[in-house]
Amino acid sequence: MRAHLPSYEMKTPASLHEALTLLANEPGKWRPFAGGTDIMVQFEAGKLAHRKFLNILNIAELKGITKDKEHLTLGALTTYSQLQANAVMRAEFPLLCQAGSETGAIAIQNRGTLGGNIVNASPAADSPPALVVYDAELELVSAQGVRWVAYPAFHKAYKKMDLRPDELLQRIRLKRNTAGAHQYYRKVGTRRAQAISKVCFAGVARQSKGLLSDIRIALGSVGPTVVRIPNTEAALNGKKLSSQLIAQARNNLAAEITPLDDIRSSAAFRVRVAQNLLEEFLCGIGSQN
Amino acid sequence: MDRPQALIGRAVERKEGRDKVVGRSKYIDDITFPGLIHGATVRSPAARGRIRGISFEGNMPWDEFTIVTAKDIPGHNHVALLMNDQPLLADGFVNHPEEPVLLLAHADKYLLEEARRCVKFDIEPWPAVFTIEESLARKELIWGQDNIFKSYLVEKGDVDSVWNTADFVVEGEYFTGAQEQLYIENNGIIAVANAQDGVSIWGSMQCPYYVHKGLLPIFKFPDDKVRVIQTETGGGFGGKEEYPTLISGHAALLALKSGKPVKIIYDRAEDMVATTKRHPARTRHRTAVSKDGKLLAQEIDFVIDGGAYCTLSPVVLSRGTIHSAGPYFCPNVRVKAQAVATNSPPHGAFRGFGAPQSIFALERHMDKIAQVLKLSPEEFRRRNFIKDGETTATGQVVKDKVDMQALLTKALALSNYHAKREVFTEQNQRSKIKKGIGFATFMHGSGFTGSGEKYLSSVVGIEGTAQGKVRVLAASTEIGQGTNTIFTQIAADALGVAGDVVEVAQPDTKFVPNSGPTVASRTVMVVGKLVETAATGLKQTLVQSGFLHEGYSSRQFEEAVAGYVKKFGQLKAFSQYKQPPDINWDDAKYQGDAYGAYAWAVYVAEVSVDTVTYDTHVDNFVALQEIGKVMHPVFAAGQIEGGVAQAIGYALYEKVVWKEGRMINNQMTNYIMPTAVDVPPIHVFFEEQPYSRGPSGAKGIGELPMDGPAPAILNAIENATGLSLNHIPLLPEDLMEAIHD
Amino acid sequence: MIKVNCSVNGQKQTLRAHSMARLLDVLREEAGLTGTKEGCGEGECGACSVFLNGELVMSCLVPASQAEGAEIRTIEGIASGEALHAVQQAFLTNGGAQCGICTPGMIMAAVALLKKTPNPTEADVRVGLAGNLCRCTGYMKIFDSVLRAVQGANP
Repeated sequence: MRAHLPSYEMKTPASLHEALTLLANEPGKWRPFAGGTDIMVQFEAGKLAHRKFLNILNIAELKGITKDKEHLTLGALTTYSQLQANAVMRAEFPLLCQAGSETGAIAIQNRGTLGGNIVNASPAADSPPALVVYDAELELVSAQGVRWVAYPAFHKAYKKMDLRPDELLQRIRLKRNTAGAHQYYRKVGTRRAQAISKVCFAGVARQSKGLLSDIRIALGSVGPTVVRIPNTEAALNGKKLSSQLIAQARNNLAAEITPLDDIRSSAAFRVRVAQNLLEEFLCGIGSQN
Repeated sequence: MDRPQALIGRAVERKEGRDKVVGRSKYIDDITFPGLIHGATVRSPAARGRIRGISFEGNMPWDEFTIVTAKDIPGHNHVALLMNDQPLLADGFVNHPEEPVLLLAHADKYLLEEARRCVKFDIEPWPAVFTIEESLARKELIWGQDNIFKSYLVEKGDVDSVWNTADFVVEGEYFTGAQEQLYIENNGIIAVANAQDGVSIWGSMQCPYYVHKGLLPIFKFPDDKVRVIQTETGGGFGGKEEYPTLISGHAALLALKSGKPVKIIYDRAEDMVATTKRHPARTRHRTAVSKDGKLLAQEIDFVIDGGAYCTLSPVVLSRGTIHSAGPYFCPNVRVKAQAVATNSPPHGAFRGFGAPQSIFALERHMDKIAQVLKLSPEEFRRRNFIKDGETTATGQVVKDKVDMQALLTKALALSNYHAKREVFTEQNQRSKIKKGIGFATFMHGSGFTGSGEKYLSSVVGIEGTAQGKVRVLAASTEIGQGTNTIFTQIAADALGVAGDVVEVAQPDTKFVPNSGPTVASRTVMVVGKLVETAATGLKQTLVQSGFLHEGYSSRQFEEAVAGYVKKFGQLKAFSQYKQPPDINWDDAKYQGDAYGAYAWAVYVAEVSVDTVTYDTHVDNFVALQEIGKVMHPVFAAGQIEGGVAQAIGYALYEKVVWKEGRMINNQMTNYIMPTAVDVPPIHVFFEEQPYSRGPSGAKGIGELPMDGPAPAILNAIENATGLSLNHIPLLPEDLMEAIHD
Repeated sequence: MIKVNCSVNGQKQTLRAHSMARLLDVLREEAGLTGTKEGCGEGECGACSVFLNGELVMSCLVPASQAEGAEIRTIEGIASGEALHAVQQAFLTNGGAQCGICTPGMIMAAVALLKKTPNPTEADVRVGLAGNLCRCTGYMKIFDSVLRAVQGANP
């Protein structure tokens, strides 16, 4: 434990109102703290620069899973365990469930929250690729009220988000429009469990009369944020699957991602594996019909 | 009443197991003393250079801290090992990143961490050497006259007479990486010291008498002023063989200066970045074979990277050298071996101790030769297995009743090798997942190499207690492998009593004799035998003195012990190792009986290589070995399974990422060991050919399972993919490059 | 410093702690429960696993503030007096513990698994224990132990 404990402080607000008031009065002073599965790691390594934390884990407004005909809405504090346990999630949003089941191990999944995974903004996080392909929307709350933003536009740059210091991520909303879509998620990590991803791929697509449509693909660990690959997607939509099309898609993908060499893997590996996953995804659509 | 059932060979309950499963066992970090303060080590940021200055920065109450540098060492500033070249604290010059330079202690462990960050060293950088190649090329001279800690030359026959006439000469080059022991309990020591009483050490360690020996020169204390007590130890694997000596020295210096008990506990990041790892190695083979598949000559060039100081590298090199020619008969062998210096933290003991490195090379090379000869890996090995009466590379006549042919036949049958090889070849054509199966055949010597056991001359005692129990007195430590339980089995059977009559003393140099270090697969075979003879001696004393009569029950035995102790004050028997006259070793020529006995094994690995992700997964593993006698079936299997899992990590996952001599992935998040979902089913089988000098015939098994898995796995990968890959760890990134090159 | 009101192994306690202190340290140093171990301090090895409100968590990742009002169970609260829990007995009998340092966390994870999945397959056991690293056993004897604990409980 390398942190100088006395220099840190954690405050537990009694209500959402109190939390938002604190955030509004002293913008940037208090950093929200939920399941702590990432912040505590930095803290113990002596690398946590921020010193004051707001324990939001008990705030009821940030919890719970609700559904209506059109949407499934997850409180930001929904844990990975809770989202996997939800029947609608499993039936309609399997990619997010799979992401949850591959994030850390059970003890992490019991603590880590979907909202935390989003605002922690790690490019290697496991749930963002799934959230991107599901076109998730985020509800941000502050003392001034709430606003909704589209998740794919939320991450601006490395660790930069469309989130003001006085705002909390309150809920994540998913459109219940996945019926009949082909869905694919694969995390390539350093091992089969308790792993950080080297490449993470999520894709959804439809195919009718032999033509591809509604393709959405997102990748993690291949750039400064989770990325969508619009050019690759555009070149696939409306086309008939063929080995030539797949080869072209592989090339397009390589031009759209900018992975790095780091301690866990190499840029060359990430590009090639991303291409392989794309091919596996596309071949899966073919074999489904 | 009948004598109790013999315990040897049965899965009796772990002696200290109950405390472990309820959380009652006390490991070093669970222990505290009144007035205890915490110690920390401030380390070199540079790989090599002259220390120009030390500054104490920040808004720190420095006068509250106990600060120790090399100047505070009352005696010799070295860690007592083979060469005494490693300083306890760098004195003016550093030779590797993270080298200890200064020690701090304070009661507030959070402030201590802050203070550690506020000590800054001004170091004039000197050019450094980071690889075996750079060291051999003497890019810089960083140690001695030639960067060589030690070299050996083993000569058998005349290899040079063969090259020109052989049908084939096959060459290969093989690399193995560093590996972190990754015991789950980090290193930790508590020291209490004062000038009058000397130093007492409590800690996590394998070898209390190494620590004892190491502390004497630091303080110039006589033997009886240093006391070392091993506390419950959460794994060692070699990583707590020599390193605790250094931490003990540090803690003792702080304790002496502060006048308070000092605890030093490394956190995971410090333990990984600063302490020893398995030696990286490069092995070159040049092998002459006849077209009918007979080995004619083996020339082996074996080099290990020792890091910045000599420490144990010569003995690691020795074991690697002796095992490098494997379980084969070859009339002409030359092994040229060197341990070289680089500017990384010293590499050290790790399960297998050089053998996994050289065996990896040989067992990959054997598959390569088989291909050249167009023989199967199986058939080529069968034509060359060593037999009773033949000589090894060091000229040792094999006397074990070894039958590698039968062992191989059985292992291949147990793993369904032949059928799987056929099915995989067929299925792989249609699948993105390529399956393969491969094996390795090998042996591992038990006990210290060569004259080692003679020099150790280990002693074990056994004493009676006033309550009628007997207590085994040995410095051999329980580190998970089952020492306490197996000593109990041996003593109880030798005495003909129930297990609960036997206690095993906590290793404490004040009370137990030096039974040698807990290393080298020697605890059961060598020390266990001494437990047996000491127990037999104690029983004889009781019989001869008339306290015990044949046909006794456990209860009567206890009465006899209690009676004897009451009458004479104490009841003790000791046994000391004596080298049998037919075990001879020539240190100068490196010839003779390298080990009293060997365990022999065939390991078979089945793998899947995913050509989408380049992951290799071991799907199934069969480990068959001949080990003399299975003392405890559950523990023996547990040793093999644990070793195999650790070796799977060595082969496929565990990469130390180096940057200028420093490990930069020193976190469990980034140094990848196998989890419960990464290991395959491991099927363990034993054969028993009793060794006359082991207790009940037992030989050593602790290190054996580290040797075979890596080559078996890479042989299986070659079977799956056709790729000949000759370095480990073999990560998906490496496999991708190989596939697409 | 704050006061953390919580229940530890069924006993109401008020523990003094810094608001961000790791629950791991609070349990070991304030409550004197040293059965919970630190292996990595980064949420990777599972040696510090405890139950927090009935759920398996890594206590090195829980700040003291978040233990307020919580029900905590540690390895010391798994046996009933001297009578071992079926999982503990199975670890003892089947070689599930070697050096013992991962054992408390491993047993907590196994007990958590069996609460959710009373009749697990080996695959379930593997997933359930994937957050607990063991360097001694190669996991085989741990799987045996958990599966046999089930057999013992459901003859």
